[in-house]
Amino acid sequence: MQSFSYVRPTTVEEAIALLEEHGEGARLLAGGTDLVIELRNRWRKPKIVVDLKRIEELRPSIRQEDARLVITAGTVMADLAADERVRKHFPALVEAADVVGSIQIRNRATLAGNICNGSPAADTAPPLLVYGAEIVVAGKKGRRRVPVDEFIVGPGKVDLGPAELVTAIELPMPTPPIAAAYTRMTRRRGTDLASITLCCGVDANGTTRLAYGSVGPRALLVVDDTGVLADPAASDEDKAPTLARMFAAASPSPKSMRAGPEYRVAMLPVLGARALHTAIERLARSS
Amino acid sequence: MNETMHMEMTVNGRVRSLDVAVNHTLLDVLRDDIGLTGTKECCVVGECGACTVLVDGIPMNSCLMLGIEADGAEVLTVEGLAEGGHLNRMQEAFLDTGAAQCGFCIPGQLMSATALLQRNPHPTVADINEALAGNLCRCAGYQQISAAILASVQGAAP
Repeated sequence: MQSFSYVRPTTVEEAIALLEEHGEGARLLAGGTDLVIELRNRWRKPKIVVDLKRIEELRPSIRQEDARLVITAGTVMADLAADERVRKHFPALVEAADVVGSIQIRNRATLAGNICNGSPAADTAPPLLVYGAEIVVAGKKGRRRVPVDEFIVGPGKVDLGPAELVTAIELPMPTPPIAAAYTRMTRRRGTDLASITLCCGVDANGTTRLAYGSVGPRALLVVDDTGVLADPAASDEDKAPTLARMFAAASPSPKSMRAGPEYRVAMLPVLGARALHTAIERLARSS
Repeated sequence: MNETMHMEMTVNGRVRSLDVAVNHTLLDVLRDDIGLTGTKECCVVGECGACTVLVDGIPMNSCLMLGIEADGAEVLTVEGLAEGGHLNRMQEAFLDTGAAQCGFCIPGQLMSATALLQRNPHPTVADINEALAGNLCRCAGYQQISAAILASVQGAAP
């Protein structure tokens, strides 16, 4: 593998100072399931790799603070699925975390890394968008909170300055509660990257939040306030025109080898209708 | 010249104190520095699972970790499965059922299966399929592999 230096700071401040010192020459390492491949393939050539796993504040932990769950940057996919509070309040996030790679990957890959990597196919992006997650970013001037919808910019691009890092992802306990479901389309069952990622959430006010990825440069969030989609009594036919409009912004790349753009566009409302059904069922069961 | 760092990890119960190149993966360190070549290098992108080892009891792809990241950890490789110089029950079951064909994926399969049985001593076939989804077998010996795991927990050859 190419040469680089390796350092493991023990505080967030120390990590930020290293980022300031090395600028573009530094690369953050959390789980490493993307970074190690990029290093081996020379897609990235950092002078220094900054390992975040010795920073106490970032160690894997999910805690409740007021009306939100705080998931530290070191928390891995397997931790999400094992946490009762995440399972209860944010099942769509568990469903997404559960299909990332294989068990070996889920034991290593972090939620924060999945978002910071900026892949349009990131499984956890749609549920975080639907649940209205906030990204906590630390920099020299202190901490800032960014809604995940603003944090995700484009392929490989997130709202993170050269001397900033993500310390946590926060999930507000929504009022009224959002009942959501995650689904995806892959070429085969088992370990695969998604051709479509999709999460649908409904609440008691009749608002439907739909987020989908892998069909454009970034995962998108669209909201239906008309109540049509969330209406358990309305037929699929009644919902179809509204649902179709939710996917108007999809623009899948013709260059992807995973699925053609026509197929992806045709499958979006199919997956959307399925996730909507599950979300409505979950809302009915929870109330 | 590669930068090196000192690290200490316990591999198969034995403490190893060594200097490693910081750009070497855990897989490189196990195979080249320590000489434990049971763990296999195959896809090197985390898709095939041939390099699976247990780090602090948790299955991970050793090709996707830097060796230095395992500083302070306890690592179990396929060489650590034998008990008192004899293959353990699951290894014997793999032999009995013909689960090992070309054999290249088997160290990884054994490690994933070991981790599965540690947290779920009585898995169903569905549990096995899920736990081993990250371990590919290009001989397609999946039926025999899951049969071997079931046989080892039932304590009888199928």
